[in-house]
Amino acid sequence: MISNPAAKPVKHHLLSVLVENKAGVLARVASLFARRGYNIYSLAVAPTDDERLSRITIVADAESAPLEQVVKQLHKLINVIKISELDPLDSVEQELMLCTVNADAASRSQIVELAGIYDARIVDVGHSDVTISAADLPARLDDLEDLLRPYGIVMVQRTGRVALPKLDRAPTR
Amino acid sequence: MGEPTTRMNGSEALIKALELEGVEVIFGLPGGCILPVYDPIIDSPIRHVLVRHEQGAGHMAEGYAHATGRPGVAMVTSGPGSTNIVTPLCDAFLDSIPMVVITGQVPVAAIGTDAFQECDTIGITRSVTKHNELVTSAQDIPMAVRQAFLLATTGRPGPVLLDIPKDIVDPQNANSAMDWYWPTDAEVVASMPGYKPTTKGHPRKIKEAAELITQSTRPVLYVGGGILKARAADALRELAELVEIPVVTTLMARGAFPDDHDLCLGMPGMHGNYTAVTAMQESDLLIALGSRFDDRVTGKVPDFAPYAKIIHVDIDPAELGKVRKPDVPIVGDARLVIEELVRVLKASGAPENQPDRSEWRQTLSGWQEKFPLSYEQSEPGELLKPQYVLEQLRDLSPENTIVASGVGQHQMWTAQYWTFRHPYTWINSGGLGTMGFSVPAAIGAKVGMPDRTVWAVDGDGCFQMTAQEMVTAATERIPVKIAILNNAYLGMVRQWQEMFYDERYSEVYLSPDLPDYVKWAEAMGCVGFRVESPEEVGPTIEKANAINDRPVVVEFRTDSSEKVFPMVPPGSSNSAIVVGPGEGEGGR
Repeated sequence: MISNPAAKPVKHHLLSVLVENKAGVLARVASLFARRGYNIYSLAVAPTDDERLSRITIVADAESAPLEQVVKQLHKLINVIKISELDPLDSVEQELMLCTVNADAASRSQIVELAGIYDARIVDVGHSDVTISAADLPARLDDLEDLLRPYGIVMVQRTGRVALPKLDRAPTR
Repeated sequence: MGEPTTRMNGSEALIKALELEGVEVIFGLPGGCILPVYDPIIDSPIRHVLVRHEQGAGHMAEGYAHATGRPGVAMVTSGPGSTNIVTPLCDAFLDSIPMVVITGQVPVAAIGTDAFQECDTIGITRSVTKHNELVTSAQDIPMAVRQAFLLATTGRPGPVLLDIPKDIVDPQNANSAMDWYWPTDAEVVASMPGYKPTTKGHPRKIKEAAELITQSTRPVLYVGGGILKARAADALRELAELVEIPVVTTLMARGAFPDDHDLCLGMPGMHGNYTAVTAMQESDLLIALGSRFDDRVTGKVPDFAPYAKIIHVDIDPAELGKVRKPDVPIVGDARLVIEELVRVLKASGAPENQPDRSEWRQTLSGWQEKFPLSYEQSEPGELLKPQYVLEQLRDLSPENTIVASGVGQHQMWTAQYWTFRHPYTWINSGGLGTMGFSVPAAIGAKVGMPDRTVWAVDGDGCFQMTAQEMVTAATERIPVKIAILNNAYLGMVRQWQEMFYDERYSEVYLSPDLPDYVKWAEAMGCVGFRVESPEEVGPTIEKANAINDRPVVVEFRTDSSEKVFPMVPPGSSNSAIVVGPGEGEGGR
């Protein structure tokens, strides 16, 4: 995919779902999307500061009207406590990427330099390749991935997106 | 909790919990994994009705819940036991029937190993239950049971399933040991932080609703099954009479408002009567109470009630705007919202402040006169008209008779021709349209309401799907009465093939005399009658009504060419309603 940092994928919706931290809850949430044929684009789940609760961040492909119905159906799940739809403009988002890229003697320094520009770290080094770890905005990770591609990407693993609402900055808002 | 503890095993705890929830009957069938729970049943005051197929247990629990308003309970074993009860779960889910189903499961340690009679019951039933739970510890049983009954009966009611692994109920297994406790209401509520159904309507929205009503000159109360679930029939009547607004009762709401009331327009929808259907089409305000704009009611959605503003009251927020965007959405319990609406209307000056709606009422009564339900009586020597059979059954059965139906033509004719005067006298499968529903549902209703006459109106196709439960009825001495309208066809499918597939009849012929329904009834311990001529109809019904020690099956040989009218052709606007066989493109 050609990255365009200015444009977010248009039909993506960002849902933050607070649920009980129990077996099977993720399956209940996921099957509501599956039943209506909506793809979950990315997903991140982890316990909150309260171990009894987990927060699921869902990036979903959906038109806005049917999404309203999905959100209402999600509310009906007994284990779902709270749902917020996050506006990407009003939230902070991060993804983590691990990327193994070919790095021979000739290209290694360029790759290290590139990683530095993107505040990424080299977390593993092989004879002819390195693994880079970067945590950033999804669009910035897209950019880094594009820039690494000419060197020969061996493997990429990205996490689901996590997001929280932006903090209120009175009195500017 | 915190009191001196009583040691128990999981099976004792499960049965005790059901007793404390007020369960008087369980419909079920034992098997390997649920075996330990069947032992304490012997010593329990709870009645157990042993079914012949687990689907029967589920529909019986539904029929019981329909008739009594109390949650129906079914218990089956793991694997095939639980897969056999999936259809009733889905049926109860779509029709919002309070039901608790307990399924056996293989021991916790064996889950996921493809053990004998193991299946992923939780996974399979996730999308057809309001909630389901795999209980993995005996200590959790009382709380799980309390949660299940609370969920099944509050908010939008529905089926809840508890999957119980064998080891936590087997006294031979150390995992079944537990200390008895009984959670308080507050503890149960606190245990489900995500479950907070809204019951009271928003005051501002109720005020807006009252204002819309007071401006409307062509209003219709569009009431659905939610009225019955909310025990709101009396409140509805008060509202309708206060502002003199006509009422249509959907298939799920038949009986929620008396059919012989001046304001009752009867059933709307695909096979609704002309006045009910057209009143909605021409209305300027639909007051939807516990109804969900089902496709069988709306016809082609963009053309449905095009001039109407919408007040939509439902306990389930997901229903508001799902099909039609309401002008005034109100989330809440139908009874509480209607009572508040009545209060607000009265405070605003109703009924004196209501506009003159005499023209609307004249229009409606004009339609009622011009387009009554009608059919042609059979000529001598011809097969019976199903409508005639139903009129006789209706007129000869005691007041307050409960009637259950299967799914198809006989269901529509019953909904049309029966005169429902009381709530909870009509039991059918509306949302899922489950053929074979009526026999077990009628049995469940009779168990819950033993003093009432219970008739099931069934088709020959439906009867063959669940007839084995007549053995249950005979064995358990549950004297239900079954009227089979035997037209030798899968009648509704035949009707569609006649009307929409150029009379190309594909796989719909069943045979009038194979099986022999009278012999079959007798073989199952029931009294069997066959009726072929109109003169025999009344006397045979009276004979059946007089039998109260055994189930009765009456086979009526009916005319297979008879079709259900009126009909809104599928995919069409409700304005394209075809009133009778002689009229319109669909009727021939």
